[in-house]
Amino acid sequence: MIGFYTVMEGVIAFFLIAGGVFAFIGSFGLARLKDFFMRLHGPSKTSTLGVGCVLIASMCYFSLIEGSLSLQGMLITIFLFITAPVSAHLLAKSALHYKLARDPRTLDDIEELKDGEDDEKPNGENGHLP
Amino acid sequence: MIPTQRWLPMPLLSLLLLAMWLLLQQSVSLGQILLGSLLALVIPLITQPFWERQPMLKHPWLLVRYIFRVLGDIIIANLQVSKLILDPRGRMSPAFIEYPLELTEMLPITILASSITLTPGTVSVNLRKDRRTLVIHALNTGDREDTIAQIRERYERPLKEIFEC
Amino acid sequence: MLDNALWISVALFTVSIMLNLYRVAVGPALPDRILALDTMYVNSIALIVLFGIWLNTKTYFEAALLIAMLGFISTVAVCKYLLRGDIIE
Repeated sequence: MIGFYTVMEGVIAFFLIAGGVFAFIGSFGLARLKDFFMRLHGPSKTSTLGVGCVLIASMCYFSLIEGSLSLQGMLITIFLFITAPVSAHLLAKSALHYKLARDPRTLDDIEELKDGEDDEKPNGENGHLP
Repeated sequence: MIPTQRWLPMPLLSLLLLAMWLLLQQSVSLGQILLGSLLALVIPLITQPFWERQPMLKHPWLLVRYIFRVLGDIIIANLQVSKLILDPRGRMSPAFIEYPLELTEMLPITILASSITLTPGTVSVNLRKDRRTLVIHALNTGDREDTIAQIRERYERPLKEIFEC
Repeated sequence: MLDNALWISVALFTVSIMLNLYRVAVGPALPDRILALDTMYVNSIALIVLFGIWLNTKTYFEAALLIAMLGFISTVAVCKYLLRGDIIE
């Protein structure tokens, strides 16, 4: 029985530290990388996984000390994994709209970034009113 | 007999609502299940006018396999992106990629765009208005055609199988 | 072992929030700042959950859930504002 507790403790500690390291790398990328579109990669993937790891660790911890399965953390994890891509997509879209500066190495020959192209308001589709 | 479509317009949403209610309440007692089922029946009926028509799920088990594949790829993606971020010389070749979509329904496109954002080195940036092209930003691409082929093989084909045929 | 891991994790998340704060202050364009704020709320969720583990209570899960929802909604609202100049059209 002691063996089981020790193993679980190790698993929880691993998830806690892995989560911290991933979140740190994501924020480090946010602070270090050179243009907005590159910065977007850090937080949208790495930070989300970091917080997911911490939530899994807390789920394991509470399941262990209460002796019953505790799934509430799962709700936050799923919510974060569903919403992170959506907010990243919206942010990227607004950055395209403002035509933010890109890193000179970027291959950016798409029509959204050409001069003179204007993003008009949405028409009646997609539930938006004209 | 009333057709199922009338009083249970979105069975998947109802199931999801019930599961979420039970998770929030942290109990599976009979009362909570009854209350959750009531909410799961009533909420889809009330919100039905807001929803676009949902495509039918043809192969739910393939969806489970797809979710596990994406989860595995998320971990690989994070290791790759971490390596790129921590690379002291910062060698990267970012690029915008135009991805021609084969999917046509809104829900599969949304799932595809989300998976692209969560998996190796790519973020979906813009869906053009004709719903034919998805613009993707990649952190480090060797070859654009290669990336497109990889996404098509790994994510779009399975999604197409799940929802359409 | 768990105690040390908890403290290391808290330290890493605190440093992450500092880095995000740096990007909020410096970030050349508005989307940069919003992205930094978005990351900051995600990191603060983790800090709250860690605090809950430290105090040995599950009450903080609800707070974390609320922050997750409000953070997502506010990010979407601000992005919508940037894109259209209007939130509700």
